[in-house]
Amino acid sequence: MPVDDHSLAQVAMSRAEYQRLVNMLDREPTEVELGMVGALWSEHCGYKHSRPLFHLFPTDGPFVLTKVGEENAGALDLGDGWCAVFKMESHNHPSAIEPYEGAATGVGGILRDIFAMGMRPVALLDSLRFGPLADAHNRHLFGGVVAGIGGYGNCIGVPTVGGEVQFDAAYSGNPLVNAMCVGIGRREHLLSARAGGPGNPLVLVGADTGRDGIHGATFASVELDEGSEERRPAVQVGNPFLEKLLMEACVELAERHGDWIEGLQDLGAAGLTSSAVEAAARAGTGIEIDIALVPRREQGMSAYDVMLSESQERMLVIPKRAHLDEVLAHFRKWELHADVIGAVTDDGMATVRDGDRVVARLRVDVLIAAPQYPPEGRRPESLDRLQSEDLAAHPDLAPGRAGEALLDLLGAENIASRRWIFRQYDHQVLNNTVVRPGGDAAVIRLKGSPRAIAVATDCNARFLALDPRVGAQMAVAEAARNVVATGALPAAVTDCLNFGNPEKPEVAYQLEQAITGLSEACRALGTPVVSGNASLYNETPTGQIFPTPTIGMLGILDNVDHHLGATPRPGDTLVLIGAQPGQPASTLAGSEYQVRTLGRLAGQPAIDLALEARVQLLVREANAAGMLTAAHDCADGGLAVTVAEMCIGAGHGIDASALALGARLDAALFGEAPSRFVVATADAADAERVRALAEASGVAATVLGRVAGDRVRIGAANVALADAADRYEHGLERALAGETAAHAAGGRV
Amino acid sequence: MRAAIVVFPGTWSDGDCTWALERLGVETRRVWHRETALHADELVVLPGGFSYGDYLRCGAIARFSPVMTAVQAHAEAGGLVIGICNGFQILCESGLLPGALMRNDSLQFRCQDVHLVADNRRSPFTRGLAAGRALNVPISHGEGRYFADAATLDRLEDADRVAFRYADATGAVTAAANPNGSERNIAGILNERGNVLGMMPHPERACEALLGNEDGNAIWQSVLDAVHVVA
Repeated sequence: MPVDDHSLAQVAMSRAEYQRLVNMLDREPTEVELGMVGALWSEHCGYKHSRPLFHLFPTDGPFVLTKVGEENAGALDLGDGWCAVFKMESHNHPSAIEPYEGAATGVGGILRDIFAMGMRPVALLDSLRFGPLADAHNRHLFGGVVAGIGGYGNCIGVPTVGGEVQFDAAYSGNPLVNAMCVGIGRREHLLSARAGGPGNPLVLVGADTGRDGIHGATFASVELDEGSEERRPAVQVGNPFLEKLLMEACVELAERHGDWIEGLQDLGAAGLTSSAVEAAARAGTGIEIDIALVPRREQGMSAYDVMLSESQERMLVIPKRAHLDEVLAHFRKWELHADVIGAVTDDGMATVRDGDRVVARLRVDVLIAAPQYPPEGRRPESLDRLQSEDLAAHPDLAPGRAGEALLDLLGAENIASRRWIFRQYDHQVLNNTVVRPGGDAAVIRLKGSPRAIAVATDCNARFLALDPRVGAQMAVAEAARNVVATGALPAAVTDCLNFGNPEKPEVAYQLEQAITGLSEACRALGTPVVSGNASLYNETPTGQIFPTPTIGMLGILDNVDHHLGATPRPGDTLVLIGAQPGQPASTLAGSEYQVRTLGRLAGQPAIDLALEARVQLLVREANAAGMLTAAHDCADGGLAVTVAEMCIGAGHGIDASALALGARLDAALFGEAPSRFVVATADAADAERVRALAEASGVAATVLGRVAGDRVRIGAANVALADAADRYEHGLERALAGETAAHAAGGRV
Repeated sequence: MRAAIVVFPGTWSDGDCTWALERLGVETRRVWHRETALHADELVVLPGGFSYGDYLRCGAIARFSPVMTAVQAHAEAGGLVIGICNGFQILCESGLLPGALMRNDSLQFRCQDVHLVADNRRSPFTRGLAAGRALNVPISHGEGRYFADAATLDRLEDADRVAFRYADATGAVTAAANPNGSERNIAGILNERGNVLGMMPHPERACEALLGNEDGNAIWQSVLDAVHVVA
């Protein structure tokens, strides 16, 4: 029977892809089979356009235990038998339609990826992008997403310790919600998501299956349009309480009874279909499921509905046959439903029955053989024009207006304190949070070990808008710098590749360039990619998002007592490391100052990865030698904003008015050249030691001044600390109240 | 001293309470909400969390858990009970303490450091605290606004049953220091006998210098010292 266009559109499959499937099967698929293949061949599950580039990623390193793609998340060896697993995932499209539930279920989904591996989730982070807050709809999305993240994380009792948010017109109507989770545990408790051992039962645990979220994976793989509102049923509703029980039950199973089970797998996008098929593919087995055995939330559900439902808070457990009863009793103790729905087979087939009737029977290797489309990129001509713009041709900032410009930036929605957000998140539960949100990276200690981990997310996509390859390098570098600012060694990366429609040549170009740049920086900084996710088709009728490959970085601190925060103590001396204070106008490219104050986005961002690595090593060495009391990544807003933030935190000002700022005042104060830190030392003698150490490493270092007084003075910028603090502390609230409509337009290219 | 740390489905501060108490040398055990055996000499801890998801009024379902009958009997027999955050909400729902915890006046969840001063200084939980000393103890709740009618509030104050009030860093009880709109800045209250305490802030999160400060230990230590005196 020839398939109609509507059925293909439902699963976002092209006619050519359908023909490919028919050829592989040598017959037409059944309705259920088409649904299963459509979901697994979607961009969201099958990575059709991104996987052809994944070979570029460095994937191996001294800490790597499981490589990217092998399991649900990457695992790292922290030493002494400790292990960390982490991953970041997008929930962009659902959050655009239903911000609270979209974000909440994004958190729920990433948590399941982590405890599916037997590790206890200890930290959540969220990387968010919205259009300017001057727009009421963007405020609605932002408020809903923050509430949803808090609603889920607070209830389940996993601290939300970090992340970042940026506002730019490029994300209006297509916000990005990328959630990252880190789990910690003993290496011997690591579980695999393999459906091994033919004859072992498949046990579905947790929520009953409803019609919610059908075609969610497909929805994530098409552009948003006026009809997207009608996809609201594709957005799921979260139940963090149920997930709390699932989490405790799964972690306890891994810790105490790992020998009872063969595999543990979460149900996420494409529900039971992807969960069971991927678990079988990992083990080289087959699976047989009787959907009549799947507990339902509603009546009249078809096999198609059951196999594609994305009902949340469900796990697939593959117990060893001999321990089935114990496993079922274990979940019952946690007051969870657990039902045998099928078994592992040895025939390499995915067979779905509805009672006695077979409704789908496909080879597992066909199901996971999503077509691959190597991106065919074409460099947009507009990039040449943007990159070649001579930023020095614009008039410099007048010295008399430097203070005003600094205050304006401190209150900008992209720079102001994130306290309004993170005070809505429980960031302390579990008693491990050593460095809280608000600095560069959060530090989470490991109970029972001297070690700690540092975690951060980052991606300034404006740099990618100007040069996707260099911008991606800068994103990795900044994420690593955030982790280094706590004293930690950057160990590995998870990424979330947010891009527009890859079928468009300019987006394909961005994708190729960004993955190339990302991989180059990961090699240069020794941080392999261990997990990740791709979210393409981030477009609305008004355009595509900036290329945004969000980087999640995990660093390791051998001794938690040597951690650093971003806040100096009164009387400390601040030192700029990595570059001279004076900077050329070209460093304004992509800066907040350029976009907000000059109302443009142009120029050629640049980074020297070898210098970046040297600077990061220097900061870690200076800290190991006990020279530092604090460190802060010098990035968003440039040197003046970085120093002002440190002063606001310390409650004291600084007098760096005599600092030589070179020929270009705006670039020196607000340029965003990478590879820079501002560090604090206890006294002038330590500052001198840091300077000498830097000189020996071929890294520039300049003593800025002592943290004291009630004014912040950097060159010609001279503001009262109280004014700076007021702008910084309340900037986001004021933006939310719609008070900064004048400046927030952002720059779409 | 021993502590029984009660775990309802959805409780998440059980681990933190265990950690804080064991650091002070207290022997602890977890008590699943279906259990009903409590020892007379145990400090019973109802920790924070979202029991049953708190989809209904906070604590409204947990109060029907089997363990609550035992907690009631324990309190009536003079045993010590502390309810923190969700535990405080459960104590109010079960009638062991008067009043209710309502949505924060900000209408948002709040996780932040606050300061507390002890009003009552005679109960086992507050006896060891220095007069007027502001304790830095974090809150983490969406529904922590203590509410009772004026007559009840007067009665609590007259009977010296206000354990803690929100204050500034100097110990001054001010409107600006009230993080959730609680009536009369009340952060914690006692039952008539003074053996049952409910409080919204989390003393178990302020037990280590590495994590910020150790002020919460003063409250736990007060209980430990009180018990040793009795024994």
